[in-house]
Amino acid sequence: MNSPVYTMWLRQVKKYLRSKSRIIGSLGQPILFLVALGFGLGTLYKLANGGNFMDFLAPGIIAMSILFTSMFTGIEVIWDRQFGFLKETLVAPVTRFKIMFGRTLGGATTGIFQGILVLIIATIIGFRPELALIPVALVFMVLIGLFFTSLGTAIASKLEDMQGFNLIMNFLVMPLFFLSGALFPLQDAPGFLKVISYFDPLTYGVDGLRATLAGASQFGIGIDLAVCTVLTLIVLFIGAKMFSDVQI
Amino acid sequence: MTLEKERNIIKVKKLVKKFGDFTAVDGVSFEVKKGEMFAFLGPNGAGKSTTIKMLTTLLNPTSGEISIDGVNPRKNKNKARKTFGIVFQDPSLDDDLTAYENLEFHAVFYGVPEKERKDRIEKMLKFVELWERKDSLVKTFSGGMKRRLEIARGLIHHPKILFLDEPTVGLDPQTRNHLWKFIKEMNREEKMTVFLTTHYMEEAEDVADRIAIMDHGKIIERGTAGEIKKKTKSKNLEDAFLKLTGHAIRDESASSLDHLRSRARAWGRR
Repeated sequence: MNSPVYTMWLRQVKKYLRSKSRIIGSLGQPILFLVALGFGLGTLYKLANGGNFMDFLAPGIIAMSILFTSMFTGIEVIWDRQFGFLKETLVAPVTRFKIMFGRTLGGATTGIFQGILVLIIATIIGFRPELALIPVALVFMVLIGLFFTSLGTAIASKLEDMQGFNLIMNFLVMPLFFLSGALFPLQDAPGFLKVISYFDPLTYGVDGLRATLAGASQFGIGIDLAVCTVLTLIVLFIGAKMFSDVQI
Repeated sequence: MTLEKERNIIKVKKLVKKFGDFTAVDGVSFEVKKGEMFAFLGPNGAGKSTTIKMLTTLLNPTSGEISIDGVNPRKNKNKARKTFGIVFQDPSLDDDLTAYENLEFHAVFYGVPEKERKDRIEKMLKFVELWERKDSLVKTFSGGMKRRLEIARGLIHHPKILFLDEPTVGLDPQTRNHLWKFIKEMNREEKMTVFLTTHYMEEAEDVADRIAIMDHGKIIERGTAGEIKKKTKSKNLEDAFLKLTGHAIRDESASSLDHLRSRARAWGRR
């Protein structure tokens, strides 16, 4: 293949597939959440007439694993800067947009791969996904992956080193995850929590996955899809802009 | 006009780079002839790397003019980028890819036709004696092997100019010899212009046709090694260099990058 975008994508995917420890390591957390929360809170959820908690929880955990994997790939721009490889790409006669776009596609691909792994594991544990809408669920996975890789890239473009990483994890990634309704239903949440969740992009991704995989939705697939698509395009644009402004 | 373009492949006029209040490069002008080996010398923090970054489109100058093979790198970045190869002061390989993949990546990014890609990569890897290790991950390489690979990579797209920013730092004498022999060969056979910086004076004396000595952002002396020695009445270039730039030790502030590097090493990365 001749395209820099494809080469950049391939690089990200190769790097991911070569770090077996990372793949396995990043499965630990979703499995823990599925088992501990799924079985731990499942009985409580049933008592409250919520139905099968695993069906509720699994889409949220899938979204979580895509969020973490993609965000991390985006932030890896900092590693590339530290270890010098970023310079090699930036002096090449290729537009920055192509470099960023290839990276982002690669990050999204690894995110989706991780999401599918979690889907399989959840199914083994007791999740019963609806098969008919799996292709649409994959679209949501792609959008979540693209969104958070772009977001990670945008942030990393402004950071010199990994010092800010914990800050991002604790004040951005974790709140995005916890306030998205991935772990608990938002319908009956207190009003302020509900309002905050409406501003959380992941809310629509989680809802979309839940709509397609578990047949339950708060906003409906149409709205979820529209919001996710628009937000992804916006963040992709911002990420590309910020990456273009990187100076070494 | 065309004649001049052919003679001077790099032209720099009154180049200035300021970072806030600090002037890193302060009105530098020079020319590099086609096919020449040109050395930039100077103590730490003299502005050598900043100059190279401006010549190679990584930094925008505050003011001044640059022409690389007749192209203004500020206006026509990608065209300028195709004309040169660069070996950076710090490593810039992807450790998680193999030697072959690193070169392939570069070849695609520089638009080397697919048909020629394999042959060129094979030739370059054999030239730097890394063909046997082509499928090894770069993280298993020693410092010298990485440098050789970087030089091979910088040459894959047949650049007219090769920028070498302290290419031999931390290498043993055998590897240094090997590298310079190789670069001289490329310079002679391909008429490739070489622009280098180094801290090793005997290296500069040995390989460079002309030398410019830089300090505090300005060029303070220039000429052949012989001319500079004669002007400063020194017996070797190192003496001349010390006479011109003084004996005080220069500090380069450690960037957050250096801190992180050492920390990343301690943590074994990820």
